[in-house]
Amino acid sequence: MKIAVASGKGGTGKTFVATNLFYALQNEGLVPTLLDCDAEAPNAGIFFNGKKKHTLEVVLKVPEIDTKRCTYCGKCHEYCNYNAVFIIPPVKVIRILEELCHGCGACLYACNEKAINEKEICLGKVSRFDLSLGASMIVTQICVGVYSPVKVIQAGVRETNDDPLVIMDSPPGTSCPFIQTVVRADYVLLVTEPTPFGLSDLKHSITILKGLDKSCGVIINRSGMGDRAIYDFLQQQKIPLLMEIPFDKSIAAAYAKGDLVAMQNKAWCEKLFSMFNLIVANGNSHH
Amino acid sequence: METAIISGKGGTGKSSVAAAFAALAEEVVVADCDVDAANLYILFHPENIEHRSFTGSREAVIDDTICDGCGLCVDYCRFDALSMAAGHAIVLGVFCDGCGLCARVCPQHAIEMEENCESTLCSGNFRYGQLVYGRLAPGEENSGKLVSMVREKARQHARDRRMNNIIIDGPPGIGCPVIASITGVDQVVIVTEPSKSGMLDLKRIWSLCKSLRLPAYVLINKYDLHIAQSKEIEAFCKANGIRLAGRISFDPIIVDAMVHCKTVTEWVPGSGIVSEIKTAYRKIFQETL
Ligand code: SF4
Ligand code: SF4
Repeated sequence: MKIAVASGKGGTGKTFVATNLFYALQNEGLVPTLLDCDAEAPNAGIFFNGKKKHTLEVVLKVPEIDTKRCTYCGKCHEYCNYNAVFIIPPVKVIRILEELCHGCGACLYACNEKAINEKEICLGKVSRFDLSLGASMIVTQICVGVYSPVKVIQAGVRETNDDPLVIMDSPPGTSCPFIQTVVRADYVLLVTEPTPFGLSDLKHSITILKGLDKSCGVIINRSGMGDRAIYDFLQQQKIPLLMEIPFDKSIAAAYAKGDLVAMQNKAWCEKLFSMFNLIVANGNSHH
Repeated sequence: METAIISGKGGTGKSSVAAAFAALAEEVVVADCDVDAANLYILFHPENIEHRSFTGSREAVIDDTICDGCGLCVDYCRFDALSMAAGHAIVLGVFCDGCGLCARVCPQHAIEMEENCESTLCSGNFRYGQLVYGRLAPGEENSGKLVSMVREKARQHARDRRMNNIIIDGPPGIGCPVIASITGVDQVVIVTEPSKSGMLDLKRIWSLCKSLRLPAYVLINKYDLHIAQSKEIEAFCKANGIRLAGRISFDPIIVDAMVHCKTVTEWVPGSGIVSEIKTAYRKIFQETL
């Protein structure tokens, strides 16, 4: 089973929930895997010490022009949907803009002169760590300057193919990186705040999850601050409110230090584990 | 002058800071470039909104009556978006990148590229000037393009209304939307918070700023949440020659202000955190002028 922990925007406590839930499951004797899909800002590693088992490089095949063969016909430019081939035929200039290239291979197919070869560039890496008690942590990370984390996230998800129970810390937002994470999940836990910003982002996320036909539930973080609008919305939409995390400066301070509240306080473990059981039951009743 | 407020990750209070700066500037064009989760419009209630839709991405659509099941497109697709089912190729929409190679290779011409998502560019006036923001259609990938459109529109307003201050509220992360939000700006303000994750995010976003040669300030929010970590951030700034714009104390009143759709400078004008924000504002916007 794969559970994605997501939020429409960053900073709502998504990593807080993912890391503490991961800890709580281990505490109950399960052997979960934590997959950090926030490849632009992977921070789950702060909370766990593990031994690196292996690292995969995620590469992209990008074209290289052989200017000896190129006739500057421009067909590759025409085939490229991303404007990644820059060409000025009269002065015989052709260049691949690697930061725009999606590695689709259309230019390679287009060229009749065999003037295009491909080389690999590094997009990022996926590392697996062994933790104590048999659990694993997988961290995805893009290289600085890389356009999109999607391929690195996909490689991270592939890495968990044989892991029975996976908690995914999903990237913020609702665009491609988020979708590529949740599309592989059996259940999506949305973490939000009871504020107008939180509500607006939550509505956006839920629209997308409905489109993908995913079951989801909501955790309200920093409850007690903000207003009640989000509660009314959940009730209207019949979306389960799975848990509330009260606003507490000491929780924020522990998190800042890289500590897990579930480790310090067993009540958190129980709270998170019973939520997990609820999700499993909910997931089963859906299928 | 374009100033981008970014953070490397969300939740550092970046939008609240950007909103407060806009209120202090009084005459300003605000570009909300967090197109994935634009929310400054909630605080600013823009009026006379102008909408413009644009289609960003495309998706392959296969005509079953023409497809003879040769499978060539499946072989060519590098996004694993095609597979064979019941003798026909089918498209898995979420994986389609829209490159169009399948449509080119299909010998039967059974594939067409259809433009799907509709993202919108919006712009309206509010109490301190003009707000420009984008709304990315669900699942849309091309947020870099929308960000560039938001910035272009903001510049146009600045020219038309003779305002020289543009404040950009940037998206989280270090990928394409961030790069599109900060490339070519005059200065970047990195809002960070004293936590281990905040430190990692700061290092990543700083290396991006460095590679783009952008002058940057760091503003430490929730300073007193973890003083030792705040000191570490300051030491990092010092070692890397990054100017410290200021320190803002932790105060839940920021959330209160937001719930009442006010900037913190409007909600609690005489408070301690507002004077901290003002100090940072002066440093960033007035020392350079
Ligand atoms: S591989 Fe695709 S995206 Fe890259 S240059 Fe060629 S056609 Fe363009
Ligand atoms: S299609 Fe081939 S020959 Fe034509 S411009 Fe491109 S690389 Fe050169």
